[in-house]
Amino acid sequence: MLARAGGGNDIQWCFSQVKGAVDDDVAEADIISTVEFNHSGELLATGDKGGRVVIFQQEQENKTQSHSRGEYNVYSTFQSHEPEFDYLKSLEIEEKINKIRWLPQKNAAQFLLSTNDKTIKLWKISERDKRPEGYNLKEEDGRYRDPTTVTTLRVPVFRPMDLMVEASPRRIFANAHTYHINSISINSDYETYLSADDLRINLWHLEITDRSFNIVDIKPANMEELTEVITAAEFHPNSCNTFVYSSSKGTIRLCDMRASALCDRHSKLFEEPEDPSNRSFFSEIISSISDVKFSHSGRYMMTRDYLSVKIWDLNMENRPVETYQVHEYLRSKLCSLYENDCIFDKFECCWNGSDSIVMTGSYNNFFRMFDRNTKRDITLEASRENNKPRTVLKPRKVCASGKRKKDEISVDSLDFNKKILHTAWHPKENIIAVATTNNLYIFQDKMN
Amino acid sequence: MFVRGLKRKCFDGEEDIEGTLAGIKAIPSYNLQRQSLLDMSLVKLQLCHMLVEPNLCRSVLIANTVRQIQEEMTQDGTWQMINTQSTGQASLDRLVSTDILCRSSREQAEGKHVPGYTTFNKDFEGDQAQDSSETMSAASSVQVPRNLQSNVWEMENPQENKGNFQKSLDQIFETLENKSPNSVEDLFSEVDNSYYDLDTMLTGMMSNSKMGHCDGLETFSSPTPTASNSNCKSDLNELDHIVEILVES
Repeated sequence: MLARAGGGNDIQWCFSQVKGAVDDDVAEADIISTVEFNHSGELLATGDKGGRVVIFQQEQENKTQSHSRGEYNVYSTFQSHEPEFDYLKSLEIEEKINKIRWLPQKNAAQFLLSTNDKTIKLWKISERDKRPEGYNLKEEDGRYRDPTTVTTLRVPVFRPMDLMVEASPRRIFANAHTYHINSISINSDYETYLSADDLRINLWHLEITDRSFNIVDIKPANMEELTEVITAAEFHPNSCNTFVYSSSKGTIRLCDMRASALCDRHSKLFEEPEDPSNRSFFSEIISSISDVKFSHSGRYMMTRDYLSVKIWDLNMENRPVETYQVHEYLRSKLCSLYENDCIFDKFECCWNGSDSIVMTGSYNNFFRMFDRNTKRDITLEASRENNKPRTVLKPRKVCASGKRKKDEISVDSLDFNKKILHTAWHPKENIIAVATTNNLYIFQDKMN
Repeated sequence: MFVRGLKRKCFDGEEDIEGTLAGIKAIPSYNLQRQSLLDMSLVKLQLCHMLVEPNLCRSVLIANTVRQIQEEMTQDGTWQMINTQSTGQASLDRLVSTDILCRSSREQAEGKHVPGYTTFNKDFEGDQAQDSSETMSAASSVQVPRNLQSNVWEMENPQENKGNFQKSLDQIFETLENKSPNSVEDLFSEVDNSYYDLDTMLTGMMSNSKMGHCDGLETFSSPTPTASNSNCKSDLNELDHIVEILVES
């Protein structure tokens, strides 16, 4: 287990903070739908079902408090998307934020892309901590002065003011998706990005909102023949011509934009042959990939399907190099999970900064980490019961069948309404953000 | 965990038949499970959110599951029924008919709730606004697929030869797809005027060309225009609303 006391390089995770409402009654709008650190890790953004974005900022490290890293406090909150109504189809367009992606910082301001089902927006978040004072023609409260009363002139100066963080929408990329957007990914050229819906992927230039290029289209001429959809897509972190997209049939296609304008023909197809001993009516559903993420190095990519996390070497298409079981004990419960729709839950996954550990969520507010080097894994729980800072989290264990040991939880006692779909890992440090339904937990490793 | 009780009456019917049919798997419970999975899947495909577009990925996955079950059942020969048509057709026919009962979104472009099977009505009643008359007519028609001795299945239905399970699924996808009509014609082709005629609905004589292959099963199509009076009126209102928008532009 990763958190064995005194175990070498093993990380000991401690509770740091929790954000969000305390009561069990979850307001629908507060359901967290995406979590993302920016490139430095100083900012942490969350999106919710109500279309709001909340950004937390890590406070500067306190030299007197060497035990913990800076806390994350609210930096900016804004309404990114509003509910809309599509009159032609007579359907609502949800304001839920599906994804947030940060742009690398180029100047004092921060930029992020946020998207709902149909529209992507580029937001500029800027600080204002000074304001000009001493105008000649204006009073301090803004009223205009009568020019005839002005007897002397002075030069207006900037004076400090309370920090104000403003978010303003700089670009709105709309009307390019017929189906629901599931992914956005910024290219390593920092000029273009892709957006993917169920059947198509579009390429945009960050400066241009009235045009986008369609680079993947898997819509069949006859919708009756539709059997596969796009579930996630991401640009390669280093090669600006390469991107991957995953499907509901458990395949990943790597495409090279240099090959042709429309990348309908993949350069590589990653697919693991099915295990015949595990075949069931649910095989296809559980093979559907819910998330795909490149490693920081760009050498590997990770996919998440319903029961497992797989690591693929980009040079090997026929099978993953590593497979980690997230909650294999659910395999015998697939019929019930199909009935209550949990089998369609889309779990995300993430890499740590050094690509040595991967993390993903599960049910009962459990989340799992897999150390690729030591091959050890750990299950932790995000709950308010463990909220004493610097207390090491206790590992959890689920008992699949048979005798339940002390401190183990049986599969039938798991709460399937408490699911951790979204997790994020600080790009440089051992700080993780874990989203339960409506709370955001921040955990850090124990610093000695 | 979540084991939901399924109404016994549906299983009782099955058990009687299991013994008489040849070429079935030795374990009757497998067939029952498979059947209930099929039923569950078809119901899931029908249930669309009132205002928000259904999740396409989920729909595709469920539809593929249904296809899988259907293929296996065809291979099993489980679909052999009292039917004058060929084996291949027979296996598909049954699913077609049951699916016609499910299929409502063809004529309900807005994807309103439809009558489910009676086995699942208990679970979904709360979600659906239905007239009791609809429920009754749905109930009587749903019973039939379970009762393999019914004369209804002996009906010659040349239209059924064209219709097949694939097409039924297609209907569902077309609906999902047609939520974004490409042209004004598409928009209005979904709206069949006979839909608003109560008499037409009750006698189930749908002349909508897209429903063509279910003409033969007229007695079953009555529950399919599931809209009650209020749904009709709201659809009319929406139609007016749409016309208003188009006219203004």
